[in-house]
Order: sequence, then structure tokens, then C-alpha cells
Amino acid sequence: MLQRLLSSRETLLLVAITVLLAAIASRFPGFVAPSNLADVFNDTSPLILLAVGQMTVILTKCIDLSVAANLALTGMVVAMINVSFPGVPVAVILVVAISLGALMGMTNGLLVWKLGIPPIVVTLGTMTIFRGIIFLISDGKWVNSHEMSPAFKAFPRAEILGLPVLSWIAILAVIVFSIMMTRTSLGRAAYAVGGNPHAATYTGISVGRTQFWAFTLSGALAGLTGYLWVSRYAVSYVDIASGFELDVVAACVIGGISIAGGIGTVGGALLGALFLGVIKNALPVIDVSPFWQLAISGAAIIIAVAVNSRASRTKGRIILKSAEHAV
Amino acid sequence: MLMQIQTEAVTQTAPILALDGITKTFPGVKALDGVSLRLFPGQVTALVGENGAGKSTVVKTLTGIYQPDGGEILVDGTATRFPSAQHAADAGITAIHQETVLFDELSVAENIFLGHAPRGKFGLIDWKTMQRRATEILTSIGAEIDPTHRLRDLGIANKHLVAIARALSIDARVVIMDEPTAALSHKEIQELYELVETLKAQGKAILFISHKFDEIFRIADRYTVFRDGQFVGDGMISDVTEAELVKMMVGRDVSQVFPQRESHLGDEVLQVVGYDHPTEFADIGFTLRRGEILGFYGLVGAGRSEFMQALFGITRPSKGVTKIDGSIRIIRSPADAIGNGVVYVPEDRGKQGAITALPIFQNVTLPSLARTSHKGFLRMAEEFSLAREYTRRLDLRAASLDTEVGNLSGGNQQKVVIAKWLATQPKVIILDEPTKGIDIGSKAAVHEFMAELAAQGLAVIMVSSEIPEILGMSDRVIVMREGRIAAELAGDDLTPETLVRHAAGI
Repeated sequence: MLQRLLSSRETLLLVAITVLLAAIASRFPGFVAPSNLADVFNDTSPLILLAVGQMTVILTKCIDLSVAANLALTGMVVAMINVSFPGVPVAVILVVAISLGALMGMTNGLLVWKLGIPPIVVTLGTMTIFRGIIFLISDGKWVNSHEMSPAFKAFPRAEILGLPVLSWIAILAVIVFSIMMTRTSLGRAAYAVGGNPHAATYTGISVGRTQFWAFTLSGALAGLTGYLWVSRYAVSYVDIASGFELDVVAACVIGGISIAGGIGTVGGALLGALFLGVIKNALPVIDVSPFWQLAISGAAIIIAVAVNSRASRTKGRIILKSAEHAV
Repeated sequence: MLMQIQTEAVTQTAPILALDGITKTFPGVKALDGVSLRLFPGQVTALVGENGAGKSTVVKTLTGIYQPDGGEILVDGTATRFPSAQHAADAGITAIHQETVLFDELSVAENIFLGHAPRGKFGLIDWKTMQRRATEILTSIGAEIDPTHRLRDLGIANKHLVAIARALSIDARVVIMDEPTAALSHKEIQELYELVETLKAQGKAILFISHKFDEIFRIADRYTVFRDGQFVGDGMISDVTEAELVKMMVGRDVSQVFPQRESHLGDEVLQVVGYDHPTEFADIGFTLRRGEILGFYGLVGAGRSEFMQALFGITRPSKGVTKIDGSIRIIRSPADAIGNGVVYVPEDRGKQGAITALPIFQNVTLPSLARTSHKGFLRMAEEFSLAREYTRRLDLRAASLDTEVGNLSGGNQQKVVIAKWLATQPKVIILDEPTKGIDIGSKAAVHEFMAELAAQGLAVIMVSSEIPEILGMSDRVIVMREGRIAAELAGDDLTPETLVRHAAGI
């Protein structure tokens, strides 16, 4: 049991992050000060939220490339609501953001489920459509800080026990999704569908319906993040979070979520996101050019995948009785 | 007398290709046990045997896909090895498979010349020559197919012709035809026979694998019979009768290895009425009682699995009624079937059975999650106790129920799959080829277990292509042929000969 824990992907990643932090601390001790680490976490929270949603989708053998566009569209809609009706309370804004995001996720899910279109094609299409809708509703104009109400902007920054609400929401999402993936039928179905869709079908699990719910959850988290993003940065325009979906997928891959489906944990997605977050925040500090940042993120993805595929490589068929439990 | 002399004269010719004492072992199974086979120029040799007799393994050995563990392959009397498919092709051996292995998205000409396309300047493919030679070959076999067409736009019969053209394009001396008529219409079959005559006239040796006795007697010059991976006999077709061939195919002692069981048939639990499907099966109806084992026998492709999948709600029949315990139940999905007490253990357990990345207990509880959860949350302790109960009943030995199923041996993976279904407390269990590809010891265990299930009042449907298993286990047997029920056999009617006759339609 202990051996399994030590050799798990999550533990490996935790070690990698610790080593990374220690290396940075040896030159810039200030980076590992609790307050700075909290800042790094807060900064990484949107990535964590989306990575957790993406993880449920990837687990079912799908991919959601529309999350960043979903985030931007929801962000624009709630920003415009706030401009037109400054009196609408944040609670309502949150409900609108989550519902709208979930609706976009459902669109993806329905296209995959009912029409059988490959997920990468569906979400590539909806990604472009969502961005286009932002342009249509905003006429390409920005919503700026001075147009937003103070309450709208204050919510993600409000501090509870020393941590901003944004961070708390990420922590809450990680906890809720952990429980959902390990302790509910839907979570179990996601692993089954990704692990062996044929077997899942014969077990009475609807593959399409499970994928639909995964897309819906991913969309809901993207919508929620849309509001948090727009209010935190106090700006909304067509291109916010452009290309962010690739960071999200990268976080999942680094976190040991198998692109082939069926393998991965919420903890892995969290650590994958944190790993990227630490790199992104540390590289400017140690004065590495942005070009190198991209290269380093890319290298991290490839190394992570290489390590994962080595770890999960089958050692041939198990035929010898003596080999059965020795693995 | 004249006949006799001619026969002798033909046998005098040396075989182009011969297998001598070929053995091939897979983990736990001896697929070929010292078999011999001789193929003569200008003659058609029919290879006859039940499913699982080793016919496909021989084809794969001849085409360089499998390497034999023992014995010799002789080409023109010289011992040869085929380390790869390319080596076999270079020796002039080509196979036309049951399901053509061609490339849908490529053109006809590309399919014919893939791997040995004519080259022009700089080693680039010479398209003009390729098209021209493709047309020549296609014309020579009487096929009117435009070589520039994409393969996917052709019907199944024309695809076969392309496969044959491909075989001819490499100047084959030995042509293997693995159930070439399985998917063809009557007219197309006649055309194929003519083609076979043409190939014979060109002096090619032909290995013809078929289940259909009428065509074996129509087209073959010689026969070779395999049974359970062993050579049974060979000779000239003219010296043998259908009845003798059937006897050679199935003749064996079947009684000892199966559990002795006394059937106690209870009430009728399942009634199937008028199941139809547009393309796969028609007019399937039967009843099943508690404690009964109902065998479904037929040749591969007779529509047995397709019907079972419809019964289980995986596919939709166009019409048909299912009654369970006397009342009509609507089964639109596997979940409906499981809810009504019908479960299906599929044939391809690797693909359709266990989820190897999940631990044992999660596999076992997967269809029973509703019972192990409270207020929407899964109870780990109840999952473990359910899994423990059923894995213990099956004597599954694992270090921990937390072990990933992928780390178990094939036999134990199968136990996990069966435990999963028993945990749903079914009324009817459908076992599709329950002992396919497992060793003799495990087979006996599965048979014991099946008998035990029936004794406990479960109704069992066993789809099997193995005659001894069908005879040894079933109370009653339904034989399917070409998507329809060909016969329902029980008691004294249940003999190897009747099974084969009804399945092959002779």
C-alpha cells in the first residue's frame, strides 16, 4: 500500500513541484514565502478550476477545447449584465454564469452524444462559435473596469481566513469533484466509460450520457471561471483567455490524466495545474524570457507524458501464476 | 479402374507446398499439434474442420504471420521459414481472407499493388503502368472494375475480386481462400467457381477453406481434415462421401469431461417471440425455463451473437417481444435488460468484459451501484462486501480486491467478469462462447460452475461453437443458420451429426 502510494503519479508530481520550489528558493528565498505561495495559488486558481472540469471530460475519452471560449463568452455576458443592471446581486450573477456555462457544455455534450461527432471536432467548432458570439453581442467593444460595479469586482478578491474567495472556490471545486469522482455513480461511470467503453455499454452504462454530463460539468466550471476571471482582471473583451484551453489540457496531461481516457484523479489535475502555475510565476522572477517559458512548459508536458507512459507500460501478458500479484 | 489410374497419376506430382508435423502452441492451448498438409499444382485442396480445429492458425502459419514451434514448411520439397508476411509473399503464397483485408480509402489499383507497386524514375510510383497492369489483371479474371475507383465504393463481391486480383498481381503459386463465398450471392459464387477453375488451369495450388459441403464437393479435388488442432486424414474428394467427412470432423469421445448433472426444470422465465432485424436475423422465438441450459449452436456468422445483443438491448430489433415471468418487458438498453434480470457475458471479454484500469471490487460492483449507494453516494464498505461475496463464490484468488484487474491472469479476469454479473442477481444469464481461448483446466471449471448456476435455478443461454461443449452441457439446443433458427434439438436428436447438418444446411 505504502509502495503504491510512493510510486503513484500524484506523489511523483508532488516531488517534482517540491524540487522545483526548492531550486527556485535557493536563489530567490522570497518566492517560497507563504504570502507569495498563496499569490501563486490564487493566480493558478482559474487554471485549477478548468483543469478539474477538463479532467472529467478527458476521463471519458473526450476533450473540451471550448472551455476558454466558454469562459470568455460567459464573462462578457455577466459583465454586460452588470453594466446594464448594476443592482443585480453577485449571487444571481454566479447562478447565471454557472448555468450559461453548463448550457454551452450541454451543447457540446449533445453533439457528441446524439450525433456521434468526434469531441475534438465538436469543441473546435463551438470554440469558434462562442468567440464569434462574444463579438456579436459586444460589437467588439471592451467592458472596462470603470463600467463595472464595485460589488461585481470585489467578490473574487474578498478575503476569508487570509485567502481570496477565488482561491477558496478552487479549493471547494477540488473537494467537490474529488468526492464526485470517487464516491458517486457518475464518477465511477466516467472511469468505466473511459477505461473500456464496450464493457461499460454491456454493464448498462450509457457511454454518451456519461460524456454529456462530463461536458456539462466542464462547461459549468468554465462559466463560473468566466465571471471570476472578468471580475478579477476587471476587463472583458473578445480575446480574453485566448489559447488558455491548451494550458488546461496541458495541466491535465502533466497531472497524469490519460488522454486515452479512464485513468486520472482530481488530485492529479490539481497538481498538474500547480506545476504549470509555479513555472509561469517563477520564470519571470528568475529572469527567464517569455520565449523560454513556453519552451519549458512544452518540455514539461512531453516529460510528463513520457514518464506516465513508461509507468503504465504493460510488462507483457500475465501468464505465470507467480507473476500475478508481484506487480 | 481408369479413374483409379488417373487419381494415382495426379498424386504422383510433387506438392508445391507442404506442411510436415507443424506444431503451434499458445499459452495454455495447443492450436496445432503436428499437422500435415500438402498442396499440389493445379488442384484445389479443401481444408475441413469445425470452428477451432486450427484452420485459421494454419493459414496464418502459411502466410508468415505465425511462426510454428515445430515441424517443417516445405516449398518445392525444400525446408523453408517465413519470418514475415513478406517472405511468404515472396515465395508466391497469397491468401484471400474471409473478411477482405484491403484499404477502403485507396483506389482499386493501389490496393492491388500496395507493397509492390511498379516504380519509375527516381524510385517513384509509376501510376500509368500500375493502372494499365491493374486493368489487365482485372480483365483476365473477368472483373469489370475501374482501377481508379475507390475501394469503398465497391460491393462486397467486387472487393473479393480485387483481393483475388491482388493475389494474382504477385504472381502467386499458392492461393489460399478462407471462406471466400461466405458473403457472396448465388450468382457471384458461380463466378467465383469459374475463377477457381481458371486458376487451376494456370497450375496454381489452391487451399480452399469452407464450411459448405456442397461447394467442397463441387470444387475441390482433395480434402484434408483437422480436428482440435490435429491432422485426421486426407485424400481425394472422389473417394469420400459427405457422411464420412462429417464423421471425420466431429468423431470423438465427448462424454467424460463434462459435469454430470440432473436438470430440474422450473417455471418458464423467458419467452422470446418473433425477433426480427433488417439484416442480421429473422423470426427468432423460443422459451427458457429456470434451471435449464439452452445451447445456441451455429457456424461463425450465423447471427447468434447478433441476436443475443438485440435481446440484451445493445442493438434494436425491428420487431420482437420479450416476456419475463410471463409479462411483456420493454428492453431498449442494457440497463433495461439488467433491471429485468437478464445479463450477457460477451464473447470478447478483452474488449467487452472487464475494465482493466479499475480495481477488482469496482469492476464487480459496476452494474450494481444502485444497491451499494445511499443518497447518491457510494458506500465503499458495501462495495467491498458485495465484491468479496461473489469473488469468493468463484474462488477468485487475488492479493486484494484493490488490485487492478489488468494485473490479473486471463482466467481470473474472466472470474471478475462473471462475478460482476452474478452480483446483479440475474434470472437469465447469457454466456457467449464461455470457454473460448482458455485452457482445458479452466474450461472444466467454467462448465462445473455453469452446472451449479443452473442447479440454483438460474436459466442459462450458452452460445458456443464447440460441439462437445454444446452436447455436454445443454438440455436443449437451438441451431442457427444464416440468421434463422434451423432446428431445435433435444434428447436423442442431439448428436454431432445432426448439429453439423442443420448448421451447414445439408
